[in-house]
Amino acid sequence: MPRYILGRVLQAIPVFLGTTFLIYFMVFAMPGDPLLALFGDKTPNPSLLAQLRAQYHLDQPFIVQYWYYMSGIFQGNLGVAFSGEPVTAILARTFPVTARLAVMALLIQSILGIGVGLVSGLRKGKLFDASALVVSLILISLPVFVIAFVAQFVFGIELGWARTTVGAGAPTVDLILPAFVLASISFAVIVRLTRSSVIETQGMDFVRTAYSKGLGRNRVIPVHILRNSLIPVVTYLGTDFGVLLVGATVTEGIFNIPGVGNTLYQAIVRGQGPTVVSFVTVMVLLYLVVNLLVDLLYGLLDPRIRYV
Amino acid sequence: MSNAPIDIVPEKIPERSADHFVAALDDTPLVEIDSVSIAEKPSNLWIDAWRDLRRRPMFWISLVMILFIALVALFPTLFTQVPPNENCDLGNSNGAPTAGHPFGFTKQGCDIFSRTVNGASTSLSVGFIVIILTTVLGILFGAFAGFYGGVTDSILSRVGDIFFSIPYILAAIVIMSVFSAYRSVWVISLAIGIFAWPSTARVLRSEILRVKNSDFVMAATAVGLTRFRILMRHVLPNSIAPVIAITTISLAGAIVAEATLSFLGVGLPSTFMSWGNDISQAQADLRTHPQTLIIPSLALSITVFAFIILGELIRDALDPKARAQR
Repeated sequence: MPRYILGRVLQAIPVFLGTTFLIYFMVFAMPGDPLLALFGDKTPNPSLLAQLRAQYHLDQPFIVQYWYYMSGIFQGNLGVAFSGEPVTAILARTFPVTARLAVMALLIQSILGIGVGLVSGLRKGKLFDASALVVSLILISLPVFVIAFVAQFVFGIELGWARTTVGAGAPTVDLILPAFVLASISFAVIVRLTRSSVIETQGMDFVRTAYSKGLGRNRVIPVHILRNSLIPVVTYLGTDFGVLLVGATVTEGIFNIPGVGNTLYQAIVRGQGPTVVSFVTVMVLLYLVVNLLVDLLYGLLDPRIRYV
Repeated sequence: MSNAPIDIVPEKIPERSADHFVAALDDTPLVEIDSVSIAEKPSNLWIDAWRDLRRRPMFWISLVMILFIALVALFPTLFTQVPPNENCDLGNSNGAPTAGHPFGFTKQGCDIFSRTVNGASTSLSVGFIVIILTTVLGILFGAFAGFYGGVTDSILSRVGDIFFSIPYILAAIVIMSVFSAYRSVWVISLAIGIFAWPSTARVLRSEILRVKNSDFVMAATAVGLTRFRILMRHVLPNSIAPVIAITTISLAGAIVAEATLSFLGVGLPSTFMSWGNDISQAQADLRTHPQTLIIPSLALSITVFAFIILGELIRDALDPKARAQR
């Protein structure tokens, strides 16, 4: 196991360097001079310009600028947002809200998705299975902002069960509807993954053995079938985190939730390029870390991976 | 321990008679499984897939839907003569349907039906450009990585890992903010495609790893074909099926990505007829004029739905294991 962890962490390093390099390169390639843009249509004093260039290392070659940027990241300096507030301070304020929303969405999609998928798989071809497949297909086809508007319209405006925008401080009650919207994206995928995995596991020899030992369905289904069907679902949760990040950007924007995603959304809408880039970088770093953790968890779940 | 030589040859070889080992012929008659009809055309993956597809009603339904959407995209003037972006009258802002304008007007006073009809070509163009891009890049990276292995594989796969580790919509958000001055169908397709190809490459690579150990590859090597020729003529055609299987679903994903980027405001400029743009501009009027939002949302969802249904059917038809599971 330690070898597996070490190997996985070592593998993550070039990917981490590569992704940050790529994002930084895209920003470097941004057309136009960022300093001239700072002065608007006024012609700046050349000596002032040179001083600013030196201060932001803009007179250095690309690779040196990248080095300054990376050492900044490792010192916890993620840059300054358009408003002048450090990105880390914004993160400290907004991250707890997003984390709450994301955990709620994760719980909803895992519990409902695995439950529906299990029943579907056990009753393959029956009415429940067929309707679950149709519903999941429709959910997969609807972009998250369409689901969000439908939810806002039906539950917020027509039925009046929930508020269409989240109140100050984002109370958890207000987050229920957005969490369901966010969960709906991956719910369908989890249903289908669980379903096909359950169908496959049901045909395995060890399930037949369990039944022939005289175990009842109440024991075989949760212990033998479900547990062995969950491995692909857990693997999916790593990829799913990326979906969740993008989904959170859109959902938080629509429901006006003061989270990380909404900050990115507002920065995009207002065309604040540098803020957009620093937040996307933060999200990509988070995504890398989560995927690393999921891979390590996967090693714990599946002994075949652990001992290779 | 005795020093006597070991008697290797047994003194008496037991007589064997065939009837101890083989059942009498009349006990095992020839069964159906042994007979192969030579007259029948040889079956392969593609023929099997087509046979499976053509008896599924959903295949024909989704195909007709897609052909209809393609017709709308290619010849919008067949469906509406109203210009989508010109002659918009602010006096009609969020106006109710009138004769000749079946769905009413947007906030800017443009005809909703015309904008929706004209938005089809944007979505489909982005979808097709993205899948061409991801398929070409995916085949290049996946085929060389899988077939040549070793250092080539390590380098190409690590490059793929880097692109794979950035969720492609997030990457596209950065690219589109950086190139905000150059927003067009081509730029947005490039922004999506350049980060979406690694999944295609991974699928192809693992399939090639499986195929390249086949007997026909060894036969081709023995005949003296070059490595490149073996890859192009024998390995690639036999491992392309999973790539084809995921293209239609990726196309749906690209359409959603374009709509999401346009919705966020980093996609196409509002002069382009894009469903994502129209949805974005209508969101403030959800409470008062839901039709301005519903019509483009429906068009987008139905298009994506049709491609996803077709894609899933094609994927299942090309995968014998999935076919057995149904």
